[in-house]
Formats: sequence, structure tokens, C-alpha cells
Amino acid sequence: MSFDIGLIWSRMPDILGGFGLTLVIWLVGCLAGIALGFLVAVLRRNVAGLNIPLAAWMEVTRGTPFLIQLFLLYFGGPFIGLSLEPITAGLLGFTLYGAAYFSEIFRAGFAAVPRGHIEAGECLGLSQGQIMRRIIVPEMAVLVLPALVNMIVLLLKETAVLSIITVPELTMMISAIGSENFVFVESLFLLALFYWAMVEIAGWLGRQAEVKLASFRPAT
Amino acid sequence: MTAAVIVKALRKSFGATEVLRGIDLEVAAGDVTCIIGPSGSGKSTLLRCIAFLDQATDGYVFVQGEPLGFAPDASGARARLPDARVRDVRAKIGMVFQQFNLWPHRTALGNVTEALTTVRGIAPAEARERGLAQLRKVGLAAHADHFPAQLSGGQQQRVAIARALALEPQIMLFDEPTSSLDPELTGEVLNVMRALASEGMTMIVVSHEIGFAASVANRIVFLDGGKLLLNGTPKEVFGQPRHPRLEQFLETYLDRGAAILA
Ligand SMILES: Nc1ncnc2c1ncn2[C@@H]1O[C@H](COP(=O)(O)OP(=O)(O)O)[C@@H](O)[C@H]1O
Ligand SMILES: [Mg+2]
Repeated sequence: MSFDIGLIWSRMPDILGGFGLTLVIWLVGCLAGIALGFLVAVLRRNVAGLNIPLAAWMEVTRGTPFLIQLFLLYFGGPFIGLSLEPITAGLLGFTLYGAAYFSEIFRAGFAAVPRGHIEAGECLGLSQGQIMRRIIVPEMAVLVLPALVNMIVLLLKETAVLSIITVPELTMMISAIGSENFVFVESLFLLALFYWAMVEIAGWLGRQAEVKLASFRPAT
Repeated sequence: MTAAVIVKALRKSFGATEVLRGIDLEVAAGDVTCIIGPSGSGKSTLLRCIAFLDQATDGYVFVQGEPLGFAPDASGARARLPDARVRDVRAKIGMVFQQFNLWPHRTALGNVTEALTTVRGIAPAEARERGLAQLRKVGLAAHADHFPAQLSGGQQQRVAIARALALEPQIMLFDEPTSSLDPELTGEVLNVMRALASEGMTMIVVSHEIGFAASVANRIVFLDGGKLLLNGTPKEVFGQPRHPRLEQFLETYLDRGAAILA
């Protein structure tokens, strides 16, 4: 196997472009997925009629392969009048997929906040919104952060699936270089290296956040 | 003068089980009322219904003459009051729980000042002063910056009392405030409560501390099977001849307490 550095170098703009798009989709998708997942968890908790339909939606999302969800969204969408650009479909699908997992993490977080801590707030006259912002969210943040970080890191690898619907992200760009120049193994190797490095960096950042947050609450 | 708390024909069911079976109770301003009774007799439920943490199935609670949670409407039917009204009336009540229920992510001072700033809209600097004054009152000013996890159980419960007092309630409810404490830590909490009683605070205390009940309370209420079996001064309730159910309760549950009264 002769690894052609010159070839890689000449295609660096494409690779970096794909890398940038992967980062953007990952970060935007995670932020949107966390927001949506949080909203879903709050609605399931506070609006009795929504619990079952939302639970069903989340179950289906978590119980089916991301690849198939993307196919359905991208190729099936037009049949119901939803024709999306690859990037839009990819980002939307990625957000919905992540939201299902994030909502489950938040649901567990809500359940872990003792009922008495909420009642103490009610007795002191805090409104439901104040209890959510001032008691529940900060208290569960410490509890759910490890699971959140873990999920965010896992989702980074899932972005590779978007290449299937021709989103020009990292996997798509590097695979293209590989097949155009018949350097499949080298390109796959390079790709693995890229993801691994990103996962390590993301994991490290997550651990820093955990340490910082844990300092708010000394160990018992 | 209207009583501080009036409980009228209060009933509470969980599913098919009726836990409170028609409770009538009046607590005069400045009274310390101790509620005793076997485990499962409905003491916590009664206190939680008074504070509107549990919604009674029937009956009313009046706090300084104002209905809390439910009121008879024009036609005399029982109607739920709006949340804002509930909050207004509940502000007269401070509640202390068996499990302290301090917020673990806030310091002792943060726990005490939280409602001052978010509910009352008091500026942080003044809330801090008031919070420290309350902590001083329970002997914990030096621990203002400690997190609950850094405090003993007795200290946590004293912070919880300070947190409730910060809003200057007219009535304090205590649900077994010393039951989750190691025996050597109950004294410091009972002392704070004793001081509060001597300042004239109206208190309703669920407690198994019969010694405290006999010495501090001026009313003793004995709850049995969801009914208010006895209601009188400590002399009337604990004196001879004793009601057979109370006698049985004191023997079964409270060897220690019975010895104090013997
Ligand atoms: N949230 C609840 N759901 C169902 N049953 C309950 C609930 N809370 C209390 N009970 C029942 O009501 C009865 C009285 O409970 P409680 O008021 O806690 O008694 P006490 O404080 O006197 O020990 C018990 O039998 C208990 O199991
Ligand atoms: Mg109880």
C-alpha cells in the first residue's frame, strides 16, 4: 500500500470542506436535537395527552436504523410534498434522530430529581417555570451530563451516514477521492483517523465540562 | 379572632383507600399543635393537605380565614381556586420536611435566599442580609457558603427551617423534622423549634418526640386510622385515664416516650 501524500495534499480544500460540513451538521444537529429532546421530555412530563404519542414517536425513532430514516425522509419525502436538499434533509433527519435519544436522557434526568425538592419550591411560592429553571434543570444537569456527552460523541460518528444521501460531508468527500483515484484503503484509513481524532477531542471537552460542573456540587 | 388554621371535614383518598376520613381541626394563633399517631395513620397526608401539596378529596382548609386550594362557590359547591390565589395563601405557610429537601446545587445561603429573590423580587444584596440573619437565628451563619452535602443532617434541617422562615410565614408546618436524624442530632433541631415556639410562632408539628410534644405543645392531636381520635392539652391527652388506643400506641411505637410520661 503506497500512501500518496501528494494526492491527499492536492485535494485538501475538498477534504477540509467536508470536514467543516461534518462539524457544522454535528454541532447544529446536536444543539437542535438537545433543544427538541428537552422540549419533548418537558411536554411528556407536563401535558398528559402528549405523553403517549410522543413516547411512540421516540420509540420508533430509536428502534429503527438511522440510515432507513434518512432514506424515508429524503426519497420518501417528495411523495408527501416534502422535497428537501440533501443537506437540509440530512440535518433534519440527524436532529430528529438525536432528539429521540436526548429526550430519553432528559426524561431519566427529570425522574431523578426528588419530588420533595420540587415540593419545597412549591411551598416557597416558586412558579412552575421558576421550579424548572432554578431547581430541576440545574439539579439534573449534573446527573445527565455524562450521558449527554456520550450521546453527542456517538452522534459524531452517525454523521457519516449522511454521505448516503449525497451530503458532501467528510465521508462523502474522502470516499470520492478514494474511488476516483483507486486508493480505497488509504482513504478509508484516513477517514477513520479523522473521526477517531474528533471523537477523542470531543470526549476530552466533555470530560472538562463534567469536571467543571461537578465542582458546583461537592461529592456526598 | 379567626383561628390560624381551620380544617373542615377534610377527606383524602388515594385510589380506593380513604386515608383521611373526615378531619376537623382548629389551630389558634400562637398555638403549638403536635400531631401524633401510628405510622400510616395519615399524619403526613393531613399536613400535606393543609399545605396543599396533596389535594384533599373533600372538605376545606382555611388559613387565617382564607380558603387554601378549594372554596365553596356561590352555589355552595366545592371549587378549585386559581393557582395565583393558592400561591398567595400558601405564602402564609412554611413547611419543613422529614427529608430536609434542600436543593443540593445551592449553598445554605442560596437555599435560604432563593425565594426571596425569585418570588419576592428582593435585590440580591438585601436578600443576602436577610438570609444571613435567618441562618444566624438557627446558628449556622458560619456555614452560609456550605453546600448541603457538606452539612450534617441536623445542620441541613436547620437550614431548611431558616429557608422556610425567610419568607416570614405566619404558620410553620413540620413533618417529622427529626425522624431522619441520628439521635444525637435531634436536640439541635428541637432547640430551634423550641425557640420558635417561645417567640409565638403558630406551629403544627408531626413528631414522634413525645418529650417535645409534652413540654412544648399546648395541643396534642392523636390521629388513628385517618380519624382524629383525641384533641386536647398534653395533660388531657397524656394524663390518666388514657384512651386505650393511645396507650397501645405509646407502648407499641414509643417505649422511650412512654417512659417520659410514666
Ligand atoms: N401518594 C400516595 N399514594 C398512595 N397512598 C399513599 C400516598 N401517600 C400516602 N399514602 C397512604 O396513606 C396512608 C397514610 O400515609 P401517611 O399520611 O404518610 O401516614 P403517616 O405520616 O401517619 O405515617 C398510608 O397507608 C400510605 O400508604
Ligand atoms: Mg409520615
